[in-house]
Amino acid sequence: MRDFARRFARNVGAVFGLVLLLAVLALALLAPVLFPVDPWQMAGVPFAPPLEDGFLLGTDSLGRDVAAGIAHGAHISLLVGLVSTVAAIAIGVTLGAVAGYAGGRIDDAIMRFTEFFQTIPSFVFAIVLVAIFTPSISSIIAAIAIVSWPPVTRVVRGEFLSLRSREFVQAAIVLGQSTPRIIFGQILPNALSPIIVLGSLMVASAILLESALSFLGLGDPNVMSWGFMIGAGRSVIRLAWWMSVFPGVAIFLTVLALNLVGEGLSDALNPRLARRRG
Amino acid sequence: MAPNRRSPAGLRRRDFLAAAGATLAAPAVLGPGDALGQGTPRRGGTLNMILNPEPPVLVLGVNNQGPTLAAASKIYEGLLRYDFQLRPQPALAKSWTVSPDGTLYTFNLQENVKWHDGRPFTADDVVFSIGKFHMELSPRSRAIFQRITEIAAPNPTTVTIKIREAFEPFLLMFDVTATGIVPKHVYDGTDFRNNPANATPIGTGPFKFNEWRRGNYIHLTRFADYWKPGQPYLDDIYYRIIPDSASRGLALQSGQVQLTQSNDIEPFDVPRFQQMPNLAVETKGWEYYGPLSWIEVNHRVQPLGDVRFRRALSMAIDRNFILNRLWFGVGKVATGAFSSATRFHDPNARIAGYNPREAAALLDAMGLRPDAQGVRARLKFLHLPYGEVWTRLGEYLRQAFAQIGVQLTMESVDAGAWARRLAEWDYELSINFVYQWGDPTLGVERTYVSSNIQRVTFTNTGGYSNPQVDALFERGRTAVRAEDRQTAFSELQRLLVAEVPQIWLMELAFPTIYDRRYKDVIVGGTGVQASFGDVYIG
Repeated sequence: MRDFARRFARNVGAVFGLVLLLAVLALALLAPVLFPVDPWQMAGVPFAPPLEDGFLLGTDSLGRDVAAGIAHGAHISLLVGLVSTVAAIAIGVTLGAVAGYAGGRIDDAIMRFTEFFQTIPSFVFAIVLVAIFTPSISSIIAAIAIVSWPPVTRVVRGEFLSLRSREFVQAAIVLGQSTPRIIFGQILPNALSPIIVLGSLMVASAILLESALSFLGLGDPNVMSWGFMIGAGRSVIRLAWWMSVFPGVAIFLTVLALNLVGEGLSDALNPRLARRRG
Repeated sequence: MAPNRRSPAGLRRRDFLAAAGATLAAPAVLGPGDALGQGTPRRGGTLNMILNPEPPVLVLGVNNQGPTLAAASKIYEGLLRYDFQLRPQPALAKSWTVSPDGTLYTFNLQENVKWHDGRPFTADDVVFSIGKFHMELSPRSRAIFQRITEIAAPNPTTVTIKIREAFEPFLLMFDVTATGIVPKHVYDGTDFRNNPANATPIGTGPFKFNEWRRGNYIHLTRFADYWKPGQPYLDDIYYRIIPDSASRGLALQSGQVQLTQSNDIEPFDVPRFQQMPNLAVETKGWEYYGPLSWIEVNHRVQPLGDVRFRRALSMAIDRNFILNRLWFGVGKVATGAFSSATRFHDPNARIAGYNPREAAALLDAMGLRPDAQGVRARLKFLHLPYGEVWTRLGEYLRQAFAQIGVQLTMESVDAGAWARRLAEWDYELSINFVYQWGDPTLGVERTYVSSNIQRVTFTNTGGYSNPQVDALFERGRTAVRAEDRQTAFSELQRLLVAEVPQIWLMELAFPTIYDRRYKDVIVGGTGVQASFGDVYIG
């Protein structure tokens, strides 16, 4: 473990990303303390530029505090990113593990099913799902999870295909361990590192997806989110650039942080690969 | 909300908003009254304007959506046209008389009028258009023309219409956009909707159809045999089809088109064009339609059935904020159930102004006390999915109502689902805007009378029922003389303002933005839906 931390710390970008990510997390957790009022509250004069009237990042077309929106939006972005990724990984790991371990017809069936989902452009599919189930936090999380599990399945299946013929697995079979125990106790722990890396990158893409949906007006209308703020500010960008620029910067930094952390994790968990590259 | 005046940029913007308000308050600034007197019209020139979305067909009656009306009103004509006060003016009818009992209408038609294919226009065309064509095609016309007991053409330039009982607003039904006159020799005995001639519309208007490149443009040319001497002045009109709103703004800014109308330019872009010296922004020209927006209230849902609750909601809304911040000063604050452009509007019947404190007191008096979260009532709000500004309006209302302890939960739906949910009475609060067609009987009554509680959108879907209101609408509908109608409608407006059956918000205005070199563009209450025979380049 210490070894892992040392390898991770050697990557400056990854550490920077981790710090940034912790900052966003802190912002999300402290939002109710830093900005105790509702982010929808029309707190000031509409279109106040940044730093005016005591608004750090200005106000929007209804006089809502942009900074408060970003802080409360961080909560939603991270929540949607995490929950939908956990759900997608749960689906993906289960299907991938079964397909990779069982092989044969079951593998074929599961992979054709996965390909069916992969052929539909994921963003368009997410729009359709959200539009059908009316926009709300749960329908958005479900839609993002449904469009993002197929890559996990493929990765996990690949790992399982290579691991299931290894000696330790054969030993476990000979010892008479049950199939679920072999899958979850023996193979999965050894396939964990690519899943962790993939997961951290998926959180980033889930945040982007959620923002894109909200930008198009398919977000939960009762929840402040970054994508919604950009979408609402886009039309008045000549009048109030700060309405769309600051939430955009927030998305950019968060996604960048997640990508840096993901890459750092990948290097730290896969030292041989990283050394070859370095 | 008091405007703040610190930043130089903010100052400019706000001064400009104030100026925009002043323009609205003094309609003479760009009024056609000025333009009509100046200079003599000159022949020649082309007008490029935008049409969005692209209409399916250009025959009135077969399709009556906004874009169709805007283009087809140049090709076809009605018997009458209307000024800003909605007084009838001659068009295809030179003059008209109404019998003292209000049941016999006689129209004397213009002479030497020709169809675009060269055939002469006669009274038979009028009889056919009213008695058959629009009766079959248009539900709105059918509802009114059912009252006709006899329609005849005693000679080629006279039409007489007898109606069952006096119906004072009848004369408002003869605009080109309500009852465009179509050629009998093309349509009689055919399937109107699928007539192959629909592809090449033939009318009597100042411009005739020339070419339609789908997705690109519609080209109309000057009709040389037009009956009005000297008119039209322009040689060509091109309707450019530009589906993207940002591109529409650019086309206007760059001068590629010289006129935009209706929703072509988004409200947030209007201030930009108001600042351009070569463009005129005209908000008149919608009097005949009188679009009024309101919060649609479902009276079956408690506590919305309680008048005190509705009054409190109405008083929690700062309508000037909505007008200035969401619509950038384009439009007017609603005064009541009648648009101020609609006939018989009574300026003395006004809804109570913005007063959240009194609103909260009303709720206290009702016994609706705030709970632990400060909430007195929870309601669902269905967004009107007609574009961004309506979403912002919903967000504003949620905050405004939160101030008095009424919590709204927002629901987003698409346009089809919105219309369906309203029709099925499956909503608590929503937003709606409806055309008033110039007369309370034609466009206001349908929202409030109990006989019109139907499972159909744009009827009394909220289920408001008040025998007094029903009786006053009936008195206004059946009175022969305009003065008697005024008495009934004034009393009605005072009653409605106290009852707040819908929570009225704004009289919408769709700005017509055009190049100042073009004169006499908006000359009456139908605005851009007029013939444009008068338009010239000065």
